[in-house]
Amino acid sequence: MKLYQETIHSLHDKLKAGDITSRQITESVLERIDAVDEKVRAFITRMDELALQMADAADERFRKGESLGSLDGIPVALKDIFLTEGILTTCGSRILENFVAPYDGTAVSQLKMEGAVFVGKTNMDEFAMGSSTENSGFFPTHNPWDLERVPGGSSGGSAATVAAGEAIFALGTDTGGSIRQPASHCGVVGIKPTYGRVSRYGVIAFASSLDQVGPITRDVMDGAILLKAISGHDPADSTSANVPVPDYPSLLTGDVEGMKAGLPAEYFEEGLDPQVEEIVRKAVADLEKRGMEIVPVSLPSTKYAVATYYIIAPAEASSNLARYDGVRFGVRYPDAKGLTEMYKKTRSRGFGPEVQRRIMLGTFALSAGYYDAYYGKAQRVRTIIRREFDEAFTKADVILSPTAPTPAFPLGEKVDDPLQMYLTDICTIPVNIAGVAAMSVPCGLTSSGLPVGLHVISSPFTEDLMLNVAYAYEQERGEFPRCPL
Amino acid sequence: MKITPEMVKHVAELARLELAGKDRRKMDKQMTNILEYVSLLDELDTTGVPPTSHVIEVENVFREDEVKPSLPVGKGLANAPESVGTAFKVPKIIDG
Repeated sequence: MKLYQETIHSLHDKLKAGDITSRQITESVLERIDAVDEKVRAFITRMDELALQMADAADERFRKGESLGSLDGIPVALKDIFLTEGILTTCGSRILENFVAPYDGTAVSQLKMEGAVFVGKTNMDEFAMGSSTENSGFFPTHNPWDLERVPGGSSGGSAATVAAGEAIFALGTDTGGSIRQPASHCGVVGIKPTYGRVSRYGVIAFASSLDQVGPITRDVMDGAILLKAISGHDPADSTSANVPVPDYPSLLTGDVEGMKAGLPAEYFEEGLDPQVEEIVRKAVADLEKRGMEIVPVSLPSTKYAVATYYIIAPAEASSNLARYDGVRFGVRYPDAKGLTEMYKKTRSRGFGPEVQRRIMLGTFALSAGYYDAYYGKAQRVRTIIRREFDEAFTKADVILSPTAPTPAFPLGEKVDDPLQMYLTDICTIPVNIAGVAAMSVPCGLTSSGLPVGLHVISSPFTEDLMLNVAYAYEQERGEFPRCPL
Repeated sequence: MKITPEMVKHVAELARLELAGKDRRKMDKQMTNILEYVSLLDELDTTGVPPTSHVIEVENVFREDEVKPSLPVGKGLANAPESVGTAFKVPKIIDG
């Protein structure tokens, strides 16, 4: 096995033993990027020089016996939504194509404090609005398993780097499935923690009541290591939760005997690809073999979740994106006669079509005369959806479903039909609406060799349970095939 | 709900967007389609259901009113398309 194919924990053991250096790992990853990124196009910005400096600093620490922990010296790719001091941070948008972040976001500083090596900033749907990474203002990313297909989105660049060996792990964000769906399509592990588990400080805002930061990794153990590193209360984000962070890695026992897994019928309805269904049901049966009890649960309002999301998320986005006005940062349209014209021309030229569509929808949903009928209504439905999850979690410890109803779709297939694109997130959106935790773990390949993900959902702040179920499944499943690229 | 060209024009004005002819017509249609889809929510009776604006219980977070280090002016202005002294510079505000 090549160094770029390994996991955080296997590399950490070798670094600690002095068998390899961080420079060797980093060079292996950078060479891999040289070899494949022309095809995958996962990175907006590479930072080879900085990566090698960070690697050498890590090696120095290991030599002196001052290693910072599990992530020390391990190469990571960051979604281009995270502010990184002194480094271009575009959020996938032309309007920020020249924006150099003035400070580090909290998750990024936590990775720095743990010694992780930054190799680059990854491609994404513009402002995280999309499910295929085709809405990037720069170029689409290709799925490493099949270059003619999308990697999913919006964290498609991050998921593709981990699948293709262009980083050992990555950070993403998830507002309606943007970590889990690309993880599913790329055959890697993706975690959306409970809302409030990870600080959002220094993460470019899309929909503030839904956005959450999370890990994209090769296995569940790596996910647990990374989640522990980035979780916790942050005074700079007043919505981050002051709830103790368990030592997730040490809680992975693989023992799920007697635990209850709920299967919601509503997630196995029409629209679900038959092969995806078969593969996911087999994964559920594998967990049953490990002693889990499978119980039916009901989430009857599931079918309203996408509609609720497409009011709430655009409404919050229209407010958050008002800041891109060509005054303090980003690109300004140069020849306007007055301020209002400058705003309009800057925004119309700087934002892509999907972002403009969502700003329009959100502005409409919040506008005088329509607020109660749209935004107010969606917030009430949100309460109903939350209550149904609360009720389901009285019967089951975790809920299992497919992560996405189909495997990765071909590039260009849905790009002109926004509504069809929105419906690809039907299994992941309810989780953000309710604020609960969920993750995707690879559970099989279709006959054409495309990865499928098992979606494990757990109640707020019980990521330890969810991780342990995914870990137990992973043990039962065995080694997952590597992508053929 | 049918979105008329006048509504699109009004909303674009509120959002400070400028949609050219073809884009505006496309926007009428796409917004109408999406709003038709979200009208699914009308089936649900939400009488007496309180709205959720935030999923976790958040209370007002207070802190002492102390001066702490913040972004230096130079760094704050570094990304500005135009600045003058310690200020952001904008085109003239009163049109015409």
